[in-house]
Amino acid sequence: MLTREYDIVIIGSGAGGGTVAQELAPMVAQGVRILVLEQGARLEEHEYTGRELDMSAALYEDGGGFLTADGTMTLAFGRAYGGSTVVYTGTTLIAPDRVIREWCVPGLDHADIERRSRKFMAQNDVHFLPRVLLNDNNKLFVTGCARLGARAEQFPLNLRGCKGSSLCNLGCPNAAKMGTHRVQLPNAERQGVEVVTRAEALRVEERLVVARVHAARPGEKGGDSTWPPGDYHISARMVIACGGSIGTSALLLRSDATKSIRRLGERFTCHPAHILVAEHEREITNDVGHPKSYYLDRAEHEGYVLETCMYFPFITAKNLTGFGADHSTLMRAFPRLQMILVLACDKAVPGNRITVDATGKAVVHYRFTPAVIRSLVSATRMSARIFFAAGARCVHAPSADPPLIERERAYRLDDLIVEEHFLPGRISISAAHLMGGCAMGPEGSGVTDSRGRVYGVPWLRVADSSLFPDSVEVNPYQTVMALADRVAEGIRDDWTK
Amino acid sequence: MSESVLAPVQATFRAVAETVVPEAASLRPEAWRELEAVVESALASRPETMRRQFVLFLRLIEYLPLVRHFRRFSHLSADRRTTVLHGLESSRHLLMRRGFWGVRTLVFMGYYTRDDVQGALGYRAHPNGWSARRTTGEMRAAAAEPFGEELRDA
Repeated sequence: MLTREYDIVIIGSGAGGGTVAQELAPMVAQGVRILVLEQGARLEEHEYTGRELDMSAALYEDGGGFLTADGTMTLAFGRAYGGSTVVYTGTTLIAPDRVIREWCVPGLDHADIERRSRKFMAQNDVHFLPRVLLNDNNKLFVTGCARLGARAEQFPLNLRGCKGSSLCNLGCPNAAKMGTHRVQLPNAERQGVEVVTRAEALRVEERLVVARVHAARPGEKGGDSTWPPGDYHISARMVIACGGSIGTSALLLRSDATKSIRRLGERFTCHPAHILVAEHEREITNDVGHPKSYYLDRAEHEGYVLETCMYFPFITAKNLTGFGADHSTLMRAFPRLQMILVLACDKAVPGNRITVDATGKAVVHYRFTPAVIRSLVSATRMSARIFFAAGARCVHAPSADPPLIERERAYRLDDLIVEEHFLPGRISISAAHLMGGCAMGPEGSGVTDSRGRVYGVPWLRVADSSLFPDSVEVNPYQTVMALADRVAEGIRDDWTK
Repeated sequence: MSESVLAPVQATFRAVAETVVPEAASLRPEAWRELEAVVESALASRPETMRRQFVLFLRLIEYLPLVRHFRRFSHLSADRRTTVLHGLESSRHLLMRRGFWGVRTLVFMGYYTRDDVQGALGYRAHPNGWSARRTTGEMRAAAAEPFGEELRDA
């Protein structure tokens, strides 16, 4: 066992870990030794090829195919220098005031979240895309919404020099997306924070992280770690867990020092999502341009959000219900396809939680509540209306049987798209907004306080989406950064005491 | 893992693949090997139990039709194969549905990540994005294009 000694060890380099690393980096000048451990690799620029299979394998846990315990939902989360910020689309929204109030976390208020969010929005060049870069897929969504009297809103995006490759979810090949791998981590490293990749945190012990550094496999993307392969005991005065909802929860659940923490792994939410597809008569620009430029927010009253999206052939094929000739026919219409992503704003419920198996691997237990099914079906109906209003000739709705609905039957959407056809295991449901597991809250009901201090474990902090006590109802990375900023501030304050 | 997972159930796997993606029937031997290599690679990164379940499920698909159609799956006509798989896809039992979903997903992964297939679909995403698609003149024209009524109203 190799040994290393630091003052602060940060586990994870995504929206949480990258932010904490940057915000603590000035302490390096005062002699504080800070280390970031990242399980994934650091890719060279030329390795971002946009190829679906290669990039999924290089940038996602389980190649993007991590399944829930009953196999009915795929969870996508990043594993790379920059974590999931490498593979998101850069959509940047501040958590709604209503949501933060409903979280009821003592010491946390919306004004604080908003102030910190705006700081990072400025740092990450968040802005609206100019119209010249909008593709037909997005314009049709706006058109369809407008014809129904609904207001589609434009996403603010954290891009710098977007070329419109449409490949955001495979890691931007043009270095345009301002994830932590482009902004916060380089800032931290310039100030002396050390980042070690291919370093898997096996467990935490009191003021210690046990980690395993892996060698790069032949042909694998990303360079070798800066540390030789092997197992390490890394001592630290403080450990900050930033491995994301699943990573952090699993790490603490398999560690003797923390596994008995009450409520650990609970309050898991994920915005379960469908990809819906419609076919137009003519070709549209869909696989060029930023894929996710607009959304329709129905979270507060109807429990869902619609977002524009565009996925790659395999992901698209997987998300269409069915198989055989009909499925192939729709796939061959690829240049004429419009897509919408529907997300349900799920609520934390007992039973939806993260555990670990005998080997310490994360297991996510999730059942679709009636409210979630209702939201997804309702969102599917609304999407179908938008598609038809935008001129689509047919719509593929997973919660319809058969799923393909021709324009001539559009007047029957309420009868055709119904909850009884929502059959888990038959239809593809995925989620990429993974939240909860180390929820903030009052002592007794929360795992941490509002600054990520784990109750009863003074050397341990949490700074990632596992802190969310319930779903945030918007794309979560901006709120993760705001919370991580709070955690870092708390550490700086405590350090001097 | 060095042993092939697919080898013992290759005939069934190919019969399922050709039912799930009818175009797969015209793949050349080399293309089949590539498709199966993708599937093998995906399976290799999964736990041993999952690989065993995959093989077991393909064996189930192979022998299940004996009960109703008196033939193994790989010996059925295309229509009957479709009927069998539809039965699994819509089964009352979650295990059957998710088993078929998993096999179907692997078939799609092997088939739709192929460059020639993506090209044939008309999928043209390129790292250079708009500049790979539009000339400078077209970009200028697009910039000058007024928003439609709907965009203005929105």
